[in-house]
Amino acid sequence: MTATKTDAPVAPAGDGKQAAATEPVGSARSERLSALVQQHGALAVLVVVSLVASFSFDSFATGDNVGNMATSSAFLAIVALGMTFVIITGGIDLSVGSLFALGGVLAAWGSRHGTLVALLLPLVVCGAIGVVNGLLVARSRLAPFIVTLAAMLGARGLMLALTDEGANTYLIGKGSFLAELGQGTTLGLGNPVWITLALFVAGAVVLRRTRFGQHVYAVGGNEDAAALMGAPVARTKILVYTLSGVLAGLAGALNAAWLASGVTILGNGMELDAIAAVVIGGTLLTGGLGYVSGSLVGVLLLRVIQNVINQVGSLDSSYQQVVSGAFLALVVIAQTWLGRRRQLL
Amino acid sequence: MAPPAEVLAVRGLSKSFPGVRALDDVDLTLHPGEVHALIGENGAGKSTLIKLLTGVYRPDAGDIVFQGRTVSFGTPLEAQKAGISTIYQEVNLIPLLSVARNLFLGREPRNRFGLLDSARMNREAEEALREYGVRVDVRRPLRTLGVGAQQMVALARAVASEARIVIMDEPTSSLEPREVETLFSVIRRLRDEGIAVVYVSHRLDELYAVCDTVTVLRDGRRVHHGRLAELDRLSLVSTMLGRELGEVRQEGLTKFTGDHHATDSRPVLEAVGLTVPHKLNEVSVSIRPGEVVGLGGLLGSGRTETAKAISGALATSSGRVTVAGVPLRGGSTPAAIRAGISLLPEDRKSEGIVPGLSVRENISLAVLPRLSRFGLVSEARVDSIVDTFIERLRIKASSPQQKVGELSGGNQQKVLLARWLAMNPKVLLLDEPTRGIDVGAKAEVQKLVDELAADGLGVLLISSDLEELIEGSDRVVVLKDGAVVGELTGDEVTEDKLMRTIAGHAPEKDAVEEAASDG
Repeated sequence: MTATKTDAPVAPAGDGKQAAATEPVGSARSERLSALVQQHGALAVLVVVSLVASFSFDSFATGDNVGNMATSSAFLAIVALGMTFVIITGGIDLSVGSLFALGGVLAAWGSRHGTLVALLLPLVVCGAIGVVNGLLVARSRLAPFIVTLAAMLGARGLMLALTDEGANTYLIGKGSFLAELGQGTTLGLGNPVWITLALFVAGAVVLRRTRFGQHVYAVGGNEDAAALMGAPVARTKILVYTLSGVLAGLAGALNAAWLASGVTILGNGMELDAIAAVVIGGTLLTGGLGYVSGSLVGVLLLRVIQNVINQVGSLDSSYQQVVSGAFLALVVIAQTWLGRRRQLL
Repeated sequence: MAPPAEVLAVRGLSKSFPGVRALDDVDLTLHPGEVHALIGENGAGKSTLIKLLTGVYRPDAGDIVFQGRTVSFGTPLEAQKAGISTIYQEVNLIPLLSVARNLFLGREPRNRFGLLDSARMNREAEEALREYGVRVDVRRPLRTLGVGAQQMVALARAVASEARIVIMDEPTSSLEPREVETLFSVIRRLRDEGIAVVYVSHRLDELYAVCDTVTVLRDGRRVHHGRLAELDRLSLVSTMLGRELGEVRQEGLTKFTGDHHATDSRPVLEAVGLTVPHKLNEVSVSIRPGEVVGLGGLLGSGRTETAKAISGALATSSGRVTVAGVPLRGGSTPAAIRAGISLLPEDRKSEGIVPGLSVRENISLAVLPRLSRFGLVSEARVDSIVDTFIERLRIKASSPQQKVGELSGGNQQKVLLARWLAMNPKVLLLDEPTRGIDVGAKAEVQKLVDELAADGLGVLLISSDLEELIEGSDRVVVLKDGAVVGELTGDEVTEDKLMRTIAGHAPEKDAVEEAASDG
């Protein structure tokens, strides 16, 4: 027992050590701060970027520009809302871009049979594809990446078949309720913006204040433990993919109403924008942790950066993607660092 | 119904998996307020029994009568709702969810709008946890709590859900002594409230401290049941291991010659005071060249952990390892390999062989860096090494190109052995080298171990097969609850002596002192 001494005195046979039942190492304050940054970091960046932009460019903080940004963000935001649920369960949904396009075409096509058909058709069809995604992921235990990739290809094919390879563009008649829903404004803001806000409030309540929401977190946090704790793992997964499909269809329908037609070339790569927005908003790609409010902020941040680059006339708009990409990389690095600091990863 | 009715009556429960009869005609009776020890070695069927009771598996035959009704749970949720809760050895909660939300998952208090009542949930969670000596901010993610506190949350969760039976599967493996005391007081409270507890543990002290009755399983069958107080420790151990006391030692059951002419030279391996929190406590082992040292002890006593700590695969909080007098940097597997330590892991499927690669590739995997120059591998040298070992270890493969996945378990084990021998190790750590391989191959592996020791290697042998351990080892270091409790040398290396040491029947003084002075 002479040469064996290490730097610390050896505790006698395990007792005398401070048991871990009280506060663990790392002060509660630093943990709170990290949690705050992880949850609201994107919001802080959004505020700063917006402030700088409004001082730098006269045309940034105008009512028109803000209104346009808000309305054009609305559709991606709705898609990102569904994506948030999927990612918190530890999954991914690559089909939303195609479902967005399909939803738009279905709404425009259905508008000749009345508003009800125009609205319900995209929700039902895209929701059904979401159900299939969920069933394959949850029951057949296939990788979400592959399942939704297949759905992405299939849904786009279906959309092209409906439009004769994109040759047919269905229009939405002016003055219809559907057109009003997409193009009209209430209290100075576009209707899609109000619908989006309402959906996000509902989404936040569902996620934080219902059992289903708890199950979403539980499944993403530790699927095996969730099953042993009695959470309905398969049902939860099926529901989040269904929700994601329905919301993508709805976003597509609203977008078609806004544009007054079912444009077939939309939605390419939208799934990646949605994933980027969700991750920027503080949701962990590995699942188990996330916030819908963050996803909304993420969408706005992407849109503001795009707008700022457009304002800088000398910058080619292609650089917008470079900036978005670099920004995303920075966010993921910061998230990982914060997560490790909080001992979450 | 009669008042002292049992809360659970299991009759003739059987369950088979392909190739294994995991549980064979097992009975189990639990009365309200009974704390029942369920014990057995690896593969005895404890886990299977628990999983049948909790709805994870369905029985092939037999009845489970719970509170007078025959039940058949389809999922853990159904069992839980009916009143059978389980806490597992590894904490099974959601790390990123808050403590309170973990505690209440699936039975959250809701307000009149059907929404979760967070304030009430946090308040009740705090109150509930205080009873278990856990005072934390319940809004924090569970992950930020210590393992012991997490286990307490799991316990609080299991107990809070109006359970009639609480199954605890090695609940103390990650607890501090103080927390174990808290756990015991909870168990006693459960007993007073008429809740039955099934307690699985390998720590004999704990069993005798809290359990009233006992069921011993071995090879899927119930081999003993009754009051624990009527079964002394030694009988418990011998029942569990399936050995009669005083059983005559039969020579020749294994292929070990039992004599390795261990030289008096300096130890080739010296491990001193290895400590891993919750797992090892000041474990010391030394091996001389040409010596086979056995590690004895029950499941969970720290045998595998000792081997892993020596080989750098498990980080130690204190202790040191020297190889041929040269100290080793701890916690680094590459450093251990360079120093000449090779570990043949317990689970060769997940930690050892690469089934899709050929025999040749599997053997040369670890040694490749040494056979290459400027990043290029000398094929001729690889061939010569591979051929040498295929011949020397008598590996039966159609050619060096055959995929290892197609070989028998015994030959896979030999391929692994060859991989490490190609590194020219000084010390070989063998963790269950003959598990899961057929009798013939077993004998061959045992013979090889003998030959390797005769060639001057130091060998550390871990085996649950008592005969193998006793006959194969020159000395046996006995572990219990992560600490060395004795060392058997020379004529003491017998099954009888080993079981007595495990059971804690005061081993000979000199054995204890020898083990202690070893550190």
